[in-house]
Amino acid sequence: MGILDIYLPIAGVSLDIVGLFILGAAVGLLSGVFGVGGGFLLTPLLIFVGVPPAVAVASSANQLVGASVSGAMAHWRRGNLDFLMGALMLLGGFAGSGLGVWLFALLQREGHIEIVISLSYAALLTTLGALMLLESTRAWLRRRKPAASHRKLHQHSWLHGLPFKLRFRRSKLYISALLPILLGFAVGVLSAILGVGGGFVMVPAMIYLLGMPTAAVPGTSLFQIIFVSASVTILQAVANNTVDVVLALVLLVGGVVGAQIGTRWGARLRGEELRLLLALIVLAVAAKLVFDLTVRPDNLFSIAVEEP
Amino acid sequence: MSRGRRMCLIAAAVLCCAGPTRADQPLLADLTSHLIAITTGFTGTSVVLFGTIDGPGDVVAIVRGPEQDVVVRQKRHLAGIWINAHELAFAAVPSYYAVFSNRPLEQIASAGMRGLHQLGIGNLRLEPRDAGRPEGEISTFRNALIAEEQRQGLYAEQPNSVSFLGDRLFRANISFPANVPTGTYFVEVLLVRDGNVVTGQTTPLVVSEIGLNADLNEFALRSALLYGFAAVAGAALLGWLSSLPFRDA
Repeated sequence: MGILDIYLPIAGVSLDIVGLFILGAAVGLLSGVFGVGGGFLLTPLLIFVGVPPAVAVASSANQLVGASVSGAMAHWRRGNLDFLMGALMLLGGFAGSGLGVWLFALLQREGHIEIVISLSYAALLTTLGALMLLESTRAWLRRRKPAASHRKLHQHSWLHGLPFKLRFRRSKLYISALLPILLGFAVGVLSAILGVGGGFVMVPAMIYLLGMPTAAVPGTSLFQIIFVSASVTILQAVANNTVDVVLALVLLVGGVVGAQIGTRWGARLRGEELRLLLALIVLAVAAKLVFDLTVRPDNLFSIAVEEP
Repeated sequence: MSRGRRMCLIAAAVLCCAGPTRADQPLLADLTSHLIAITTGFTGTSVVLFGTIDGPGDVVAIVRGPEQDVVVRQKRHLAGIWINAHELAFAAVPSYYAVFSNRPLEQIASAGMRGLHQLGIGNLRLEPRDAGRPEGEISTFRNALIAEEQRQGLYAEQPNSVSFLGDRLFRANISFPANVPTGTYFVEVLLVRDGNVVTGQTTPLVVSEIGLNADLNEFALRSALLYGFAAVAGAALLGWLSSLPFRDA
């Protein structure tokens, strides 16, 4: 047992409150240093310390609401929000999170939710970590010969031929409304099943697929994350009863403190080195997940109480 | 421990002197507490069972938690990963089951008697919810269920845990882990003489969440929608508040 155990009412387990606070702060620190949401690290880490996976996912979503409000305020004060784009993404996001929570409940009943969460995370983190490692190494090598190539803001592809075109003033774009809706939908599903905000998928997609100006991206993606994680929290609470507010609030307090320290540290470190470091952390978590999935478990049997 | 022992002695003394109608009962038993309160700082607890018998004999106490349906799943190695492949559901499985006695059950009662009174984990009647599965498979899953419950500390057999103070007074320490399921438990105390159950007495024990935990749990179950909105509002408020001190940073 830990220094100061706290009984988490929904999770039904007793965990060390200091340990949880430190976990929240560590993930907050990472999100402050690297400018990522950190949900993709928080959920697997909670599972490692013994929180039931379903509760870890839903409570991470709850924690994410607070963490993104905290981050969004700074961006909104500077007007870095494309409201129309955000609203359309949100429309898709609500539908996606609804489908995601329904899928989640179905998988939980059938006893496959843990394996789906673990497999999705292993795939996601391996891909993400490898891409980041590749990109940061290349950037680090390229640093000495800065042959600045002129790049177009975005490539024109079949995506720009889709119907229902709208003018997005803040982003200076004229694209189909279907694009942000579909992007929001995909991120919503991801958010419901994995308890992540999806910033790491959404931000690159907004820059490279939609062609949004970089300045408007964080404010708009945080806008989407706040409301989608709020919708996931409420839907999970109603459909699966898996939101532990005590857990979420302890993590949130730790996360906010960590994020502020992280932001200061981040300013002092160099970009490529930071990304290299994050890539290694992400790959380490992925390796642990893959190890747990592929090595013969000590106990092949598990039990679950059926709700009447 | 010492406080429990003292309480036990006092209570037993009270029981012994409670008058002629009570004293001639062959078995009298009670718990130091009939409520286990799960509070925010709960890390497991124990209650003391104490009582008196009117002559020589063995004392066996069986503690049972509320019954529930439990699914047992078995992992198989499929395409490189370990995945839940087989399952079997058991009906009316006690969520907690512990047997306390003053000496090993095999010495107290015959196998037939132990089966009749479900004395011991091996004698628990755990039947599949749906009939028609082969007996070998059922017993594999039943053993797995018992092993997992034992690993979680929810099933236990403690053969030398009932101690006698003199010939008539007895006590036993019943401990519960932090993950003890909530609900109404029954503590059944049996007096066994020459291998026969002479008499028995059943006492209820309630395990319940108390205070903030209970309120939150009840809120989450009774009005899930409101709870969801409150969780979101709380997190958003905390996030907004925490952004204030850093406004100009």
